[in-house]
Amino acid sequence: MHPAPSIIFFTVFSGLGFGLLAWLGLGLPDVTGWVAFVFFALAYLMAVGGLISSTFHLGNPQRALRAFTQWRTSWLSREGWLAVLSLLVMAVYGAGLVFLGERWTGLGILGSILSLATVYATSMIYGQLKTVPRWNAWTTPALFMVFAVGGGALMAGQVTAAIILLILLGGLQYIAWTTGDARFRDAGHTMETATGLGPVGKVRLLESPHSGGNYLLREMVHVVGRKHARKLRILSLTGLSILPVLLLLLLPAGHIVGLIAVILHLAGTLGARWLFFAEAEHVVGLYYGKR
Amino acid sequence: MTLLPEKTDAKLGLVIDLDTCVGCHACVVSCKGWNTQGYGVPLSDQDPYGGDPSGTFLNRVHAYEVMRPDGQAQTTHFPKSCLHCEDAPCVTVCPTGASYKRQEDGIVLVNESACIGCGLCAWACPYGARELDQAAGVMKKCTLCVDRIYNDNLPEVDRVPSCVRTCPAGARHFGDLGDPDSDVSKLVEARGGIDLMPEQGTKPVNKYLPPRPKDQPLEEIDILAPLLEPVAEDARGFIGWLDKALEKL
Ligand code: SF4
Ligand code: SF4
Ligand code: SF4
Repeated sequence: MHPAPSIIFFTVFSGLGFGLLAWLGLGLPDVTGWVAFVFFALAYLMAVGGLISSTFHLGNPQRALRAFTQWRTSWLSREGWLAVLSLLVMAVYGAGLVFLGERWTGLGILGSILSLATVYATSMIYGQLKTVPRWNAWTTPALFMVFAVGGGALMAGQVTAAIILLILLGGLQYIAWTTGDARFRDAGHTMETATGLGPVGKVRLLESPHSGGNYLLREMVHVVGRKHARKLRILSLTGLSILPVLLLLLLPAGHIVGLIAVILHLAGTLGARWLFFAEAEHVVGLYYGKR
Repeated sequence: MTLLPEKTDAKLGLVIDLDTCVGCHACVVSCKGWNTQGYGVPLSDQDPYGGDPSGTFLNRVHAYEVMRPDGQAQTTHFPKSCLHCEDAPCVTVCPTGASYKRQEDGIVLVNESACIGCGLCAWACPYGARELDQAAGVMKKCTLCVDRIYNDNLPEVDRVPSCVRTCPAGARHFGDLGDPDSDVSKLVEARGGIDLMPEQGTKPVNKYLPPRPKDQPLEEIDILAPLLEPVAEDARGFIGWLDKALEKL
């Protein structure tokens, strides 16, 4: 799949933003007043910024409100609802903390649940697609959720939780990559099943339907850059999990250490998310003799 | 409405004969010609006369070489447009309700004025049947020529999809695949029509008729081969000299 920057930024930043909101909703860290304001501002900046960035790849963003109508079948629509609901609930909860110094525990917990549900809905936009076998598995929602709570813990200054969750995240990312590698083959999609010509013999593309490119090839048959996938995997894993964990374990906790850990985690996450798209093979490639 | 109908009253669709398709692309051209001026926004082209032309098409013809177990290769031309799937994943993923499947005839359509151009439906389609128009930013797909098949202003012979009407080889057939007594259903039955990528679980309405087995085995095709054997083994004259000279080198 084409790794569009707008979608990479959207999923990474909105995931982090909602992950941070989930921690704030639980009162971790227990902040009020100005400090709470800074935390909430940061979370909203990432969550809302991510959502806005996701509209950049729409052909007709002026009609975006219509995307709230089909929540009964569409994960994209559900994501829209959950995002708006969690942002509203957390805004009220945050206002209580910032302006009144009051913690409305029940509301906070509700906001946390909604924030995590938003991340789950985002992950299912990809996880539901049978056409992309690498994504169509439990690892996709699991990974998105642990990215959100792990990165959120890091931003919320929850050192112990961050260490545990980032170790878990590293392991999960490794499993997602290795099991993902076999999933296209295991799903049984081949040029023979795609064309139905399997009973006749082995199929090979003789001529493409068009000599130039088209939307399908640009959007879904992205093969460039995969040859560096191994190196990128190692770099991403080091950034998103190993280095931040080592920093938190070995150095005394503080703002500078925290900031460096966050930056490393963010860089690793962006790399991993690029790979999430670039390595994902859509079955339509079979019609073009490509994967 | 992106909830799929429980059951449609009819299952209108195409039957494509891979045995007779000659790969002339006439259906591609006629599809584009009809649909760029009919249903919804035009099918735009980008850089049509330049070095890197591309554009929106609702129907495209691939060509494959199939290597048979007996060592013979055969060519199959392979037209592909929306299969109007019964379990259409492209419809259920749509957040706006722009994509829908009609209860009355099973045609899958896009209401372009509701489409935000998110492209998710194209991701969900296993067959590459949807293309986002780059000029209008809305999703385009085969409409089964819904503006022809019910159109009383056209002579009756033209009330079929443009691609079907155009195909010079008669490789495309249109009808109700939900009615077991329709011509298309009988054709599918007689020729063992198949689904594309059935393991995706989309239950396509459109069916493909596999190429008929070749009636000539490999050996008999070479019946004239003995006559084509080289006439002169021992070359003489200039050629003979050249042959020897080259051999010595
Ligand atoms: S062929 Fe693709 S676009 Fe057409 S109904 Fe099936 S899934 Fe949808
Ligand atoms: S591109 Fe249009 S039709 Fe397709 S899913 Fe998005 S809104 Fe629906
Ligand atoms: S039925 Fe109409 S829209 Fe569909 S491929 Fe044929 S000509 Fe194109």
